[in-house]
Order: sequence, then C-alpha cells, then structure tokens
Amino acid sequence: MREFDFEPVRMPDSVPALREEVRELIAAEVAAGAFRPQRNSWNTFDPDFSRKLGERGWIGMSWPKEYGGAERSMLERYVVVEELLAGGAPVGAHWVADRQSGPQILRHGSERARSEILPRIARGECFFCIGMSEPDSGSDLAAVRSRAEKVEGGWKITGTKVWTSNAHRAHYGIVLARSAPKSEDRHAGMTQFICDMKAAGVTIRPILNLYGGHDFNEVVFDGYFVPDDMVLGEVGAGWKMVTGELAFERSGPDRFMSTYQLLRETIRRVGDTPDDRQAEEIGRLVAHLATLRRMSSSIAGRIDRGENPATAAALVKDVGTGFEREIPEVIRRILPTEPSLGPGTGFDELLGSAMLRSPSFTIRGGTREILRGMIARGLGMR
Amino acid sequence: MSEDANLTDTLLRTVDRIAEDHATRAVREAAERGEFPVELWAALEDVGLPRAWLHEDAGGAGLSVADAMLALRRSAYHALPVPLAETLVAGRLLAEAGIALPDGPLTLASAAPGATPVALSREDEQESLVGTAERVPWARDCSHAVLAAVDGAESFLVLAAIGNAVGESAANLASEPRCAVALDAARVVALAPMPGAAERILLEGALARSMQMAGALEAAMDIALRYSGERIQFGRPIAKFQAVQHMLAMMAGHVATARAAADQAIEADAAMPSALRVAIAKSRTGEAAGRGAETVHQVLGAIGFTREHSLHYQTRRLWSWRDEFGGETYWQQRLGREVARLGADALWPTIVDI
Repeated sequence: MREFDFEPVRMPDSVPALREEVRELIAAEVAAGAFRPQRNSWNTFDPDFSRKLGERGWIGMSWPKEYGGAERSMLERYVVVEELLAGGAPVGAHWVADRQSGPQILRHGSERARSEILPRIARGECFFCIGMSEPDSGSDLAAVRSRAEKVEGGWKITGTKVWTSNAHRAHYGIVLARSAPKSEDRHAGMTQFICDMKAAGVTIRPILNLYGGHDFNEVVFDGYFVPDDMVLGEVGAGWKMVTGELAFERSGPDRFMSTYQLLRETIRRVGDTPDDRQAEEIGRLVAHLATLRRMSSSIAGRIDRGENPATAAALVKDVGTGFEREIPEVIRRILPTEPSLGPGTGFDELLGSAMLRSPSFTIRGGTREILRGMIARGLGMR
Repeated sequence: MSEDANLTDTLLRTVDRIAEDHATRAVREAAERGEFPVELWAALEDVGLPRAWLHEDAGGAGLSVADAMLALRRSAYHALPVPLAETLVAGRLLAEAGIALPDGPLTLASAAPGATPVALSREDEQESLVGTAERVPWARDCSHAVLAAVDGAESFLVLAAIGNAVGESAANLASEPRCAVALDAARVVALAPMPGAAERILLEGALARSMQMAGALEAAMDIALRYSGERIQFGRPIAKFQAVQHMLAMMAGHVATARAAADQAIEADAAMPSALRVAIAKSRTGEAAGRGAETVHQVLGAIGFTREHSLHYQTRRLWSWRDEFGGETYWQQRLGREVARLGADALWPTIVDI
C-alpha cells in the first residue's frame, strides 16, 4: 500500500550548506545567551529571534519573492525547521504564520492580503493564531457556532473561540465561522476569515494551561467587521481548507521533536558509560526517532513533488506524538529525578516541563483519536 | 527504491506468482511437518532469486541489494517456508570472499551475539572447526553452511559441508527448522580471511530478518483488514466499530514504522549496511512485530487462534524472527551504547546522516 511506502528523500544539493548555516546561527545565539536550548522550541515566543530568521530568509522560505519569500523548496524549509527544533531555538512566535497561515493566505488569500501580510510574516514581524476550537466545538469542528453575517463590504463575526494559542501576542488570527446556516451537509457553510487581533470588537482573555503558562486564550468576537478582501478562499469552503491541506502540518518534525531536548540532555547526563537499562531505553528511543525522521522527511519529499499524502501524514502524527509523549515517562525510569518546576539543576526542570506539556502533544492539531479515525478512513474502513 | 521501479515491480509480482503457484496450503503444512518444499525452492531458483544479487555470470540475477531485499520482504509477506534469507546472505558473503557457491539452499551458522566465536584449527594443512553451532536455520535441508571462525586473532569466512553434522532438529515457533550443527563433524570446503566475519553475518542476518518482519507485518495487516470487512457482528462488519478501526489504525503505524525502519537500512551507499542502521532496523521492526502480532490477533478473535486460519503463518514467524540475529534488547543496547559514546551533541547530526 502506497501509504506505507516511505521512500528516501532526495535532498537538494544546497542542503548541507544550509544545514550548517542554521547550526552556526543557533550556536552563535546560544553562545551570546540569547536563548537556552533546553526550553521547549515551538511553544516559545521570541520576536527578536523570529526577526533574525526573517533577515536570513528562513520564514516563508518557499513563497514567491514578490510576497517576501525566498522561492526555496519545501525540502529546504524542512531542513531549516528540523535544525531549529533540534537546536531548541525559540521559533514559537512565527511558527503558526510560517507553517500554516502564510501558506493558506498564499493559496487562498486576496491580492491585498497576500501583498500586505505575507512580506511581514517573512520578515519575522507578523504573527498568527488560529481560531478553530470553541466551547462546544473541539474535535467536532462542524459544531462551530461562531457566526459570520454578510454586511455591506464585508462580514460581521460574532462568537467565542477557545484554546487560541498566542491570541494575545499575535497580529492576526485565521478564524473559522459559520457563514451559512447548518444544512444537511454539516461541513458546508463554513468560511475562514483573517481577523486583526488588535481591532475593536475582539476581546482576549487568558486561559492558563496545565503548567501555569499563558499560551491559551479565550477570544470573543462581538460583531467584529472583516472586509471582503480578508475572507480566505471561497465563502463556504472553510471545511475543505482546514482539513484538506494538513499533510505538511501533520507530518513535520514538530510532531515528534517536542521533547527532543530532554532526550539529548539525558544522553549528556548518562555519559559515555550507560548501564544496560539506560543503554536499552536510549537505544529504543533513538531507533524510534530515526524511523520517524525517515518517515517525516519522506513525506516532505512527496509534498515537495505536489502530492498530498494525507493518511501517511496522519500516521506520522499519531506515531510521532505518542513518541514525544513517551520520552519523559521513559527517562524518569532510567534517570531517577524528581521532576521540578524549577529553579533547579536544569535537568529536573527539563523533565518537569516535558511532563507537564506532554498531555497536549496527542491533543493539539487533531487528537490521536481523530487521527486514528482518519487513518481508518484511509484504510477504507469508513 | 530501485533505480528502475518497473524492475522492482516485476520482481515482486514474480514472487507473488510463485507463492500462488507453489506455496499452497498443502505445501505449507508439509513444510511444517519437516518436508522441504522442493518445488517451491526450484521455482525460486528458476527466476534466480536465491542468488539474486550475485552477478549474472555467478549464477545470479544481478539485482541491487535493495531489490533483493525487497524480494525477500515480499517472500515473507507470503510466509514462504524456505531459507531464502539465509541463502541470499550466505551467497553474498561467499561472493565477497571470493568463494565459489555450492548449489542449493545455504544456511548461516551464526553464533548468537556475545557467544564464544567458533574456533578454526589448522593442523597439518588440514582445517577443521571446533564446537557446536546452535539453532542453525534450515540446516537439515542445506548441504552447506556459511560461518565465521577465528584462528587466534585472524577472522575467516568459512564454507562448510554440514551433511553429516546436523544433529537434533528443533524448530522455531513457525516450525522452521533450527538445528544444532556439530562443527567438528563438518567439513571445511573453503575459507577466506574476512575481518569481523561474525559481525558481518550478524548484521546481514539481522537486516534480512528486519525486511522479513516488515513483509510479514504487512500481510498480517492485510489479513486483519480484510477480515474486519467480512466479519459481521451486531449486524454490521466489525470494521465499522470504532474500537476495531483504532486497532487497525495502530496496526498501520506498526506496519509503517517497520517498513520505514527496515528500508532505511538497505539504502546505504556502501555495499554493507552500517551497524547503526541495522540496530535501528532490527530493534524497531522487532518491536513493531510484537505489537503488530498482538493487535491482529485481537482483531481476528478466536478464528485467528486456530490452525485452520492462515494468520499464524505470519504471526508465528514474527514472534520468532524478532529474536533471531539479536532481539530488541541486544540491538537497543548496542544502539544506546553507540549513541552514548558519540555524545549528546552528536545525536542529531547522527540521525540526519544515517
């Protein structure tokens, strides 16, 4: 079955040099004390670092030059992203804009949206959040109740979004709302809108997460006006857009490297003479990591050739998020440490932070159960 | 992947055809009782598969290592009860050592990881071997075995005639013969110096088993998927139940990871796979084999637990192959030690360069 074929990716010739450049930047930033790599990489928010990446052309890398992109391949982007994650770089500020929002705007946005927003994203100056979940709509996205009402020159949005990461720091949000009443096709009649998060009619309230961080928000839209040229794609085609183009999002290295720093630091702490049990568990995790990286990079190659390997991507996310979630559980058995919220020795804090973040890995961006349903569909069972 | 996808495809279809024609239920059951499937083996030899990667003038099909391994994976998809993996690996090593290949199926008398190496004695120009090789695959049906032996600090690859040396015939869980071979009674036919010959046999053997497990897992998945669509309970196919859907989605993960892990090991530019690649392949496919076998049996319920159903041809092999040529613990520890030796900061570059 094609979905199980993970042929090796053939990286462009430019990749070794590019990889080296990313590693050099990270080393220089760490040496300068700009960030500590032990921290979680894509849940950080560091606009300065994003701007530095923007200067190098490493945000929106694959986009056309006229929109601020560098017209590099998806594979070159893949390499930059995996190196940044491996290096523990704070990429959280621009993450959503680069991975998801920007590409959607490029494909579906109006000319104004593209020319005004994309170059700013690429410079590392413009950040995005995603408004999909609602109090009564999580995995069941079609239950979205936020309404978009057609008015002169645009739409008025009313509704409440929850779990909106970085809403309080993002410039824009892409918000899914019902633009037509529910019909027999419950997936019809939904539209995505580009919303200015700083505008009147948008109220943002923090929701603290499990580890006490402020990342989530509740966002209330109270008759917020979106001009017609900030509608994303065809009116009513929102469902297809949010579900149809997720292969890259689902299969990227961010889906198995969330606790990579913990694995690396465990190896450092164990040193070059691990006992049998430590060697076994570390070896097992490394075998899993190498296999996932192989699968993920192979899918990147297929996406680069214009394919949309949706089931294979869901497989990578299911297996990958299970792996990144398992790492702290394995580590605590081979390096007994009391996990800590800090300030501590560094390692106990790293373990503690991984533990408290790990429940989110198999939930965000489509729960494990939703993914398994998609895989079953890909297998022809539904 | 092959440079020539068509060639690979033809090759795989050839294996399918041979399996359909010659690996009938009767042949499989006879093999389980100890009857070597002569016609099946002859059909494989007819298309050159047992010597697939040898040059055509050496009686092979001149295939790439990768293609030969894909054919092996396909043979395991069909659970063909023959020593194809052993013959492929033995032939490759003999060819590399410049030793002429005998006819017929060949086996590997590989010492288990960590066991005392077989000693080669060379007295009066007469070479002989000392010791016993345990659980030699298919030894009962092979006239010759390839093994590693040491004489002091020197390592050799040895081709031995084992006709008179095969002792009691035990079996693995799939009733594939695993026999003790009294090496003292074997005759050294040829030998050639080969540094680290024991390690070579271990790596190649483990890689072959990894490919076989990937193939058997895929078949087990296909069987479970087909069954879930046909088996009606509570008025509908069990495939319609979410619990069963999730089991098969997880099974898909086991199949995909096994396949990716095994594939990464056959694509090295070097003729020989690196220890790191093999450690990843064998440990990851072995883990997937255990989990996958458990999952498909749960999907098939009681019928899958019968001799009558064919699922066991794959699952009993999975449960055996994962422990042959080093089980998960062995390879994970090796991998873990190597990673620790290289150091924390070398981990990522290593993963990327594998």
